Order: sequence, then C-alpha cells, then structure tokens
Amino acid sequence: MTATGPTTLPDPSLSGRQGQTGSARRPDLPLLRTEEMMLNMGPQHPATHGVLKMILDLEGERIVKATPVMGFLHRGVEKLAEHGTYHQFIPHTDRLDYVCAMYNNFAYVRAVEKLIDLKVPPRAEYLRTIVAETQRIIGHLFWLGTQALDIGAMTVFFYTFRDREILLDWFNELCGARLTTTWYRIGGVERDFTPELIAKLSKFIEEFPAKIDECNQLLEKNRIWLARTQGIAVISAEDALSFGLSGPTLRGSGVDYDLRKYEPYAAYGDVEWSVPLGRNGDTYDRYWVRIEEMRESCKIVRQCLERLPDGPYLADAPTVVLPSKDKVFTTLESMIIQFKLYTQGFKTPRGEIYCGTEAHKGELGFYIVSDGSGHPYRLKIRAPSFIHLGAFDHMARGYMIADIITIFGTYDVVMGECDR
Amino acid sequence: MNDVRAVAERLQRQFPQDVLAVTEFRGDLSVMIRKTALLQVGRFLKEEPDLNFDYIVHVSSVDYPTEPERFEIVYEVYSIRRRQRIRFKTRVSEADGEVDSLSSVWYGANFMEREVYDMMGIRFHGHPDLRRILMPDEYEEGFPLRKDFPLQGKGWRDTFEFLEPPAAPSVPREAR
Repeated sequence: MTATGPTTLPDPSLSGRQGQTGSARRPDLPLLRTEEMMLNMGPQHPATHGVLKMILDLEGERIVKATPVMGFLHRGVEKLAEHGTYHQFIPHTDRLDYVCAMYNNFAYVRAVEKLIDLKVPPRAEYLRTIVAETQRIIGHLFWLGTQALDIGAMTVFFYTFRDREILLDWFNELCGARLTTTWYRIGGVERDFTPELIAKLSKFIEEFPAKIDECNQLLEKNRIWLARTQGIAVISAEDALSFGLSGPTLRGSGVDYDLRKYEPYAAYGDVEWSVPLGRNGDTYDRYWVRIEEMRESCKIVRQCLERLPDGPYLADAPTVVLPSKDKVFTTLESMIIQFKLYTQGFKTPRGEIYCGTEAHKGELGFYIVSDGSGHPYRLKIRAPSFIHLGAFDHMARGYMIADIITIFGTYDVVMGECDR
Repeated sequence: MNDVRAVAERLQRQFPQDVLAVTEFRGDLSVMIRKTALLQVGRFLKEEPDLNFDYIVHVSSVDYPTEPERFEIVYEVYSIRRRQRIRFKTRVSEADGEVDSLSSVWYGANFMEREVYDMMGIRFHGHPDLRRILMPDEYEEGFPLRKDFPLQGKGWRDTFEFLEPPAAPSVPREAR
C-alpha cells in the first residue's frame, strides 16, 4: 500500500472515475469497475490487535462507511461478577485489558472501596500510585511499539519492548506475574515493596526519560510518520465529548479532562505534574500526548518514591480485608475469617455507585449496584475501548484504506476489554 | 464549584411532574425520572448553557425481576465546564420494554444503548441501528444479563459441532 497524505474529505478526482473517460484509455482494456465495494477486514487481521472485524464500504480506496463488528472475545464477565464475591472478581479484571492488568485491578478495588466506604492507609495509596504509573508507562510503550510497527517503523517496536520487559520483570518480582498480576486488594495491596524493588525502580525512572527520547527521535520528525499521522482521524473536541471518548484520545483534541487531576485519588493530589493537551485532535497529537504522559508518569513515580510514607499496606478492617497468610496458617481466628470471606464475602450497604479511574486508555469505570449481600447485584464495566470503537465510523470516513490501521491504533484498543 | 444538588433542584423545577426521586449515596447523585420525559431531560442537561453536560459516561441497565417495572435504565453524564457528574435513570416494565433513545443527544449513546439492548432486551425508540453488538446476530436464547438467564447459558453452546482432530499422517517406515 502507498503512503497517504493528510486528507479530510473524499476527493472525486481520486476515486478512479477520471481514468476511464480520458482519451488515453486503450480500447482493448476492460473498463474499471466503479461501484462501491464492501470489504471484510478481520477478525484475524494482524493489525486489529485481537479479534475485531470491520466491514468497510469503499469507493476506490476511500472509506465511505466503516462498521465495527465485535464480540468475538465476549466472555460474559459482568454476568460472572454477579455470581462471585467482591474479592473473587479481582482476577477477572486482569483479563479485561490484559496488557495493563494493574490499572484494571486498581479501578475495581477503588470502586468497591467507595461502595463500602473504606479508607486505605497512606503507604498503600503511594504504592498503588507508583505501580499504576509504571503500568501506564508499560501501556503507552506497548501502544507506541505496535502503532509504529503497524505504520511500518520496526525499530521503535524493539526499543519500546526492551524497556517494557524491564518493568514486566519488575512486576514479576513484585507479585509473581508479568501480565495477570492481581496485586491490588480491597483495602490496600497484596504485598509491600522490598528495598531491592525500590532501588531497581529508581534506577529505571532515572534512565527512562533518555529512552523516551531515543524512541521519539525516530518518529518525531520522521517524514513518513508525519505523513501517516498528521491530519489523520481528526475529531473535534465537541464530537469527542459527545462520543464519550476519554484518556489521550480525548486530550489529543484539547479537552482538559483527566480524573487524576480533577477528581484526585490515591496520591495524585500530593505530587506535582501536569496534563499534556493536544491541539488538532489528529493521530499525531494523540501520539504526542502519550509521549508526554510517559514523562509525567516518571515525575509522579519519582516524587512518590521520595515521599513514600511508612506504615501498613493494608487497611485494618478485618470484616473486609483478607487476613495475612502467615496468620491464616497459625491462628484459628484468621483461618475462620479467611474461610468466611472467601465463601460468603463481606456485607455491603444497599446502594449504587459509579467510580471512574483514569487508566492509560481512558476512563475505566465500574458501576456497582449492591443489594446488601456479599456479591454485586449488578456490575457494569465502562470500558474505554468499547466506547472508542463507537466513534470509529465517524473518524474513519473519507480516509484511505491504508489509514484504517492507523485509526485502529490511535485508540489503543484491546479487545479483551472491549468485548468483556 | 457549584454543588451538584443545585442541578437536581433545577431539574425538579423544570420537570416537576417527571422527577420522581432524588437520591444521594457516597456523593453520587441520581435522579429518577418518568420514562416519558427521558428525552426532554437528556436534551435539557446537554443543551442548557449553564448546565452543559456534554460528556456521556455510561449507559447501563439493571434488572429487578420481582418488581412491576422490571428494568432500570441508567445514564450517567459529566459536564467538563462544571466538573460534575450526574446520573439519571428511568424504569420500564417488561411488557412495554421500550424507552426513547438518547443517541441523538450524545453520539456515544448509540453503542452504549446497543449493548443494553443486546444484554437486557430493552428497545430504544428512535435508535438508528438497534442490533446486537456483543452476542452473535443469530443468537436466539434471549438476553444474557437478565436475572432469569442461567449462568451456564441455555444449551446453545452444547449444539456446536466440533471438528474431529486430523488423523496422524501415516509415514512410511523407511522414510522415518
């Protein structure tokens, strides 16, 4: 496929109709077919980042209409949630956005803590913030690598995955898993940092801004990258809001909406950082926002590590929080509490809450309706990937078929979260 | 920053007949409205200049099978200018099962309402493209998030034909 320049509206002179009327056409060649064509793309296309099908109505190489067909990865997670206790749902959230499990855990436990009105100790808040921001760096690195690979820049992929590996190994040391982490707990976190983990992370955070520059200098002024991203998939701030877009996809259009800033949770209110905003709402601005967010994440992690308070990493709430394992194996009371919490769950007040958390893709929210029992009456996941695909048709119309890959990539869609 | 309760009071003044209840829980404000006023309330929240709830957060539904008005449809919207969020919901009975679509007010409601239809079977009047979205188009067992739908499904999956694993290729002895 050829590289395409920035385009906004279908240009009839390029749709293939001109070629046949010209006098230069050889009479022995058949006429070009000019009717609209329907093209099925996916569900196994390598650039769909999972299983997503697109039905494209094409006029020549221009997209007239794009219809996403999803649900290939639907597991009924919301139904499963109604049949388990609140603790048991944490591992399910790992599998929503499976490249960024930590943030899903975080969004879920925050929602449950809001429902039962549980205060988390300060050290746990800081640990949560640090890990959430490293997860954001992983998510953006993953996005940058795959987006550049889709557009054709292979080197960036190797650079970003090299750095991502360091953090995944760090996760492995922290909780024993690289991707499906389940490290967050209702009331705190599963275990504390060791001094080695803190040292490793500090070293990474010191070195990382230079590594961002290393990736960025391959792209920032690269002519192919500019031609493939500038002016592609433009969305105005007003439309982006109306579609419910969030995260870098919304901030690329210049809307100042970041829950970490305006509804501060965990330790985000205590540290200094800023919200990068795009201007044009195109793919390039969204890329720039994500690069800057990685630098801001470094700032947040560094400040949190400096100020890390002492104290417990789990709330002192024995009716809700699981007892520590060494107590379970040595005292009878803890064993009984553990058994009761796992089989019956804890009692919650009647009511309904919505709690949104700024994950790296956008606003990941949980709407929980409780009937007072030990399991959710209804749990709805507001998945940013799903909502972003709602705007796909609007953002893809008029562009060339080669841009489809770019437009997919610009949302940072993960189908595990989209289909639930 | 204005209190979000002022928005609820504003709604009560504007629609005295249609606002049925205002509840607050953990700082979340939700307004129960009459089904017939859904579209007007949505437009009012979005278009009134000093309210300007321009960002749609989510559309959900809850099933209460024992109650006469079985389904609850929940909309949550946010105002970037006011930095506030508000939830408004309405009830509909199973026999009726249809509410007005808000996809003309917030574009994002299009996909979110399709998901509600797919999962609970509530129809949205005036929706441009009301089809299943996560379940297959030919799915005929009903609506999986209703409370009377069993967790294991209703048996459709058991009728799938599975391909036999291919027989191991027979390799001549001398070729090994």
